[in-house]
Amino acid sequence: MAAQEAEHRMRSKPDITTDAHEGVNPVQSGCAQGSTYTLSPLQAGPYCCIPEPVIQVKALSLFYGGKCALDTVTLDIYRGCITALIGPSGCGKTSFLSALNRLTDLIPACRIDGAVHIEGENIFEDTCNVQQLRKRIGMVFQKPTPFPLSIQRNIALPLREHGITRRTDVDVITEQVLRDVGLWDEVCDRLDTPALSLSGGQQQRLCIARALALDPQILLMDEPCSALDPIASGVVEDLINRLSGRYTIVIVTHNLAQARRIANYAAFFWVKERERTGHLVEFGHCQQIFETPAHPLTAAYVSGVKG
Amino acid sequence: MIWWKCSILFQSVSIDRWFNAGLRLGATVAALIMALILLFLLLESWPALQHIPLMRFVTDDAWHPLEDRYNLLPMVTGTLYASSGSLLLVIPLGIASALFMAFYASPRMSMLYRRLIELLAGIPSVVFGFWGLTTVVPLINQWQPPGASLLTAILILTLMILPTLVLTSYAALIAVPDEYLRSAAALGLSRWGMIYGVVLPAARQGIVAGILLAAGRAVGETMAVLMVAGNVVQHADSLFAPIRTLTANIALEMAYAMGDHRAVLFVSGLLLLLLVMILTTMAGWFGKEHHGE
Repeated sequence: MAAQEAEHRMRSKPDITTDAHEGVNPVQSGCAQGSTYTLSPLQAGPYCCIPEPVIQVKALSLFYGGKCALDTVTLDIYRGCITALIGPSGCGKTSFLSALNRLTDLIPACRIDGAVHIEGENIFEDTCNVQQLRKRIGMVFQKPTPFPLSIQRNIALPLREHGITRRTDVDVITEQVLRDVGLWDEVCDRLDTPALSLSGGQQQRLCIARALALDPQILLMDEPCSALDPIASGVVEDLINRLSGRYTIVIVTHNLAQARRIANYAAFFWVKERERTGHLVEFGHCQQIFETPAHPLTAAYVSGVKG
Repeated sequence: MIWWKCSILFQSVSIDRWFNAGLRLGATVAALIMALILLFLLLESWPALQHIPLMRFVTDDAWHPLEDRYNLLPMVTGTLYASSGSLLLVIPLGIASALFMAFYASPRMSMLYRRLIELLAGIPSVVFGFWGLTTVVPLINQWQPPGASLLTAILILTLMILPTLVLTSYAALIAVPDEYLRSAAALGLSRWGMIYGVVLPAARQGIVAGILLAAGRAVGETMAVLMVAGNVVQHADSLFAPIRTLTANIALEMAYAMGDHRAVLFVSGLLLLLLVMILTTMAGWFGKEHHGE
């Protein structure tokens, strides 16, 4: 099983050079452009042109203790697309993101109402295998968090947990994901060195590689660029751009320009003044949200008047 | 980039200068006391070191100090057996307890357990010895006489050094940043996978420091061991044989030792210091971060 998986990865290895300039995509990623960077034509498919929901969020409410942090959010996230979650701090974007892979389970006194269907399966059902769910959904955090292990072990650890233990398989996957994030050439001669000795941008790319190693369908990214300098941030942004199509990406960002550059869809969250409760104001095509927003709050936020 | 804490430039405000002077004084006094103790030990053991060849401490046929026979080796092995035996028991026990407290027990249970362990840490060693003498020794005596033995010493020592290891390991475990735990959970790691793969490597240095502290206490513990170990000067051939440790030997004979005998007791003090130094060095070596293993 593990061997097959590794073999499959070998065959579908992308023949892209990891040239930063080539990856730069200043305009919003279109269908044709993005597919240059995907693994194989089969997997890429005509994404984002035919929206097919992969995550269906139905009336999701989230409470910390008795306090409602997120109020009845309903939205669909489409396969192969980048969906950006924008809005001011404290409006529940990160909570929303953590609910999608049930990371909210870790927070004591966090209660969730409503349903999230991923591929038709409600993840809040008791029958849902959380470990398998999190294997299918990779997550990247704001602060790069490589484990205090070697670069190699950082990637091997989750693989081992999910049953891929053969040294050769692990090596193949390690090389492939490191190539995918453009880190291979930088670290291939020092895979045994501590991951914490890498620079911030490299650490973040390693974290992305670690998530990719499990071959997820969905990537959740919580402000992946905000702790990085502009150049490293640019590299990571290009990477996210390249990954779209292969993966369904949900990204929280405070950088509106970034959201505009990379996202296909955008969801605008706002926080009610009095109750401090977050809610979804508007969801739509990225272009529509930024250029012809339907809601006055959205218009004020994206034009910088408010927020 | 490496920051040297001492090279940060301070404005020379007077309070800073006073503070600086105070800290220097404190550091000097601490170092000086250590140096003086070492000097004192050397001075007191000098008569023996001067005219008893070092080899005689290991080649003499027995420990009969009144007849000029000074073999320290049985007591060195006694100390080593007792402390390494108790370490062997305490390392799995202590780390398991700390993991239980940090990751498995409910907050209330964890609190209760920690209070218990702290209580265990506060019990004076003579009470441990007393309890061992009246409870553990008779129990083992029923099974394998005479009861006062290496095994009893190991058991009592284990109880005594357990809190040290548990509390330091626990502190190291809960100091592991939440981000690691969150990332590990997001990768679909099970609780054990997270603990084994991420938490233990991250907390390694603190745990090793705890083991060192525990080992130091095991080597140095005198009273309790003296009360339960039987104090026969011999190489233990089984777990049930009575032994005498270096520390117990000093405590037992200090009162009446004279001349060379007294000096040789100080030599055994030096030997203890050496043992602890080796332990410290080893801990430093193991504690180094071996990321690439």
